[in-house]
Amino acid sequence: MAEIHNYTMNFGPQHPAAHGVLRLVLELDGEVIQRADPHIGLLHRGTEKLAENRTYLQSVPYMDRLDYVSMMANEHAYVMAIEKMLGLEVPIRAQYIRVMFDEITRILNHLLWIGAHGLDLGAMTMFIYAFREREDLFDVYEAVSGARMHAAYYRPGGVYRDLPEKMPQYETSKFRNKAQLNKLNENRQGSVLDFIEDFTNRFPTYVDEYETLLTDNRIWKQRTVGIGVVSPERALALGLTGPMLRGSGVEWDLRRKQPYEVYDQLDFDIPIGVNGDCYDRYLVRMEEFRQSNRIIKQCVDWLRKNPGPVITDDNKVAPPDREGMKTNMEDMIHHFKLFTEGFHVPAGEAYAAIEHPKGEFGIYMVSDGANKPYRLKIRAPGFAHIAAMDEMTRGHMLADLVAVIGTQDIVFGEIDR
Amino acid sequence: MSAKLEALSAQLKLALGTNLTKLTVDLGEITVECKAKDFIAVCVRLRDHGELQFEQLTDLCGVDYSDYEDGLWEGPRYAVVLHLLSVSLNQRVRVRVFAPDDDFPVLPTLVDVWPVTNWFEREAFDLFGIMFENHPDLRRILTDYGFVGHPFRKDFPMVGEVEMRYDPEQQRVVYRPVSIELRNNVPRLIRDEGQHS
Repeated sequence: MAEIHNYTMNFGPQHPAAHGVLRLVLELDGEVIQRADPHIGLLHRGTEKLAENRTYLQSVPYMDRLDYVSMMANEHAYVMAIEKMLGLEVPIRAQYIRVMFDEITRILNHLLWIGAHGLDLGAMTMFIYAFREREDLFDVYEAVSGARMHAAYYRPGGVYRDLPEKMPQYETSKFRNKAQLNKLNENRQGSVLDFIEDFTNRFPTYVDEYETLLTDNRIWKQRTVGIGVVSPERALALGLTGPMLRGSGVEWDLRRKQPYEVYDQLDFDIPIGVNGDCYDRYLVRMEEFRQSNRIIKQCVDWLRKNPGPVITDDNKVAPPDREGMKTNMEDMIHHFKLFTEGFHVPAGEAYAAIEHPKGEFGIYMVSDGANKPYRLKIRAPGFAHIAAMDEMTRGHMLADLVAVIGTQDIVFGEIDR
Repeated sequence: MSAKLEALSAQLKLALGTNLTKLTVDLGEITVECKAKDFIAVCVRLRDHGELQFEQLTDLCGVDYSDYEDGLWEGPRYAVVLHLLSVSLNQRVRVRVFAPDDDFPVLPTLVDVWPVTNWFEREAFDLFGIMFENHPDLRRILTDYGFVGHPFRKDFPMVGEVEMRYDPEQQRVVYRPVSIELRNNVPRLIRDEGQHS
C-alpha cells in the first residue's frame, strides 16, 4: 500500500470565500489542516508611506480606503490622533454626529459580515437581506458627504458639514410609475435625522429576521458551534480585539473602558460570549446590531434638540465659511494657507484608538513639527486576527477554514494597508 | 498629569529600575525607553509584574528616524515602538527601543513574550529591514515575492525602484526600472512656531 503523505494545497488569492485577496498555503492530512500559512500583501498600497508625503488633510480620504466596509470608523481614529496632538476641542454636536456615524458604520460593517459569512456557510438568503439594509445606510452616507462609501466626512476639529435638512428623494423616471415612486419616497419626506430614526425603528425587526434564519438553524450551528475556539488567555496573547475578544468572554470595549467622544453619556450594553467559538462571536455581533441601534436612537434624539457648530472655529485647522472667505481678507488667507501648505502639528507622538467594528483600530502618529506626518502607523485589528488563523484552524477540516475566515471578518484593505 | 498616570509612571520606575533609560509623559501617554540588551527582560517584567500586567501587545512598528527634523536627528536611526495594553488594569504604555547598529539593525524577538509579535516583527523586517534575532519565521510579509529593498526607509523613493509589465515576447511578467517621476506638489516644511500664521 502506498504511503500517505501530507500534501500542500494553495487556496486563493482568487477564491470567493477568501474575502478579497487572501492566499493560503495549507498543509493537509486528508481533509484535516495541519498548518495554514496566510500570504498577505496582495493589496499592499503603502498607505503609511503615502501619508508621509501628503499634508494631514490630504490623507483623510486614504483612511476610507483602509477598511472599505467601515469607512468612517477609520477616519475617526485618524482625526482623533491629529486632534490629540493639536490639543483641539471638538464641538459637542460634532461628537454626537461622529458617534452616530460610528454606529451606523458598525451596522454597515456587520451587515456585510453576516451577509458574506452566511454566504460562505451556505445561507444564501442572508446576503440579499443584508444588502437591502445596507442600501438605506449608504443613502445616509451619501446625504451627508456626497459619497456612498468613501466619505471623507470626518475632519480634524469636527465633521465637514451639518446634517442636511432634507433627505434626498428618488426622482421620476420612465422605469417607475407614480405609485412606486411614492412608496420609495415614503420615508424620505423629512430630514436626514427623520430617515435615520425611521431606519432605527425598522431595524430591530430586520435583526429578528436574520436571527430567525440563523440562530436556531441546525446547519448553521453545525457549521459554527465548537469551530475556531479561542480561550480568553490565548485571545489576549494573540492580540485579538473587538468581537473576537468579546466572543471569548473578555469584557473589553474601548467605548466603555476608555471612552472617547460622548460614549460615556450614552446608554448601551457590551455583549460577551462564553465558549469563544464561531457561534458565540456570531451572537456577539448580532447583539451589537441591537446595541448600535440603541445608540443611534439616543444620538438622533440629542441631535434634534441641540443645534450648534459641527466643526471647530479655529481657522488654522478648519476652513472658514464661504461668506467670510469672500468678504474677509484674513479668512481668505486662512483658506489659502490651509489648502496649500496645510496645518502644522507640534512635534511629538500620539496613539489614538477607537472601538472599530472589527476591533481596536489605532493610529500611531509621529510628528516633527512639519505639515506632514513623520511616521504614521495604522494598527489594523484584522492584521492580528489573520495572524491567529494558523492556530485557530489547526486540526479542523478544510470546510471549517471558511467559517474561521468568515468569523474573523477579514477585509484586506486594512490588513495590507 | 492625572493621578492615574502619575501612579503608573512611579510604578514603572520602580518595576524597571536601572533598565529604564528614559520615561516621558506627554499627551496623556507614557513612553518608556530601554537598551536593546535589556529589551526582553523589560518586556517580561511589563507583562508579569502585578501592578503592570500588560498582557496584550496591541502594536509593534518600526520607525526610521534618519530624516527627523530634516536631518537634525542625532542618535540611532532605527527604533521599534511597542504599544502595550493591560486589559485587567485598563492602562497603556509605549515602549521604544533603538537598534544599536545603524548599518545592520538587530533586536531580540518578542515571540516568546507575546505570540502576536510574530507577524508584526515580520512587517517591521519587511518594511524597515530590522532583523529580529531568534525569530522563528522572518520572511517578508507585505511586499511582493522577491522584492528588493525595504520600502519604508526614508531613503527609499516613494515611487519605488521597479515597475512591472507583461512582456508579450517572453510571455511573462517582467520588471524594469520605474519610468514615472515623483510628483510632490506640497513641500514638506517645518515652521519654528509650529502653527502657520
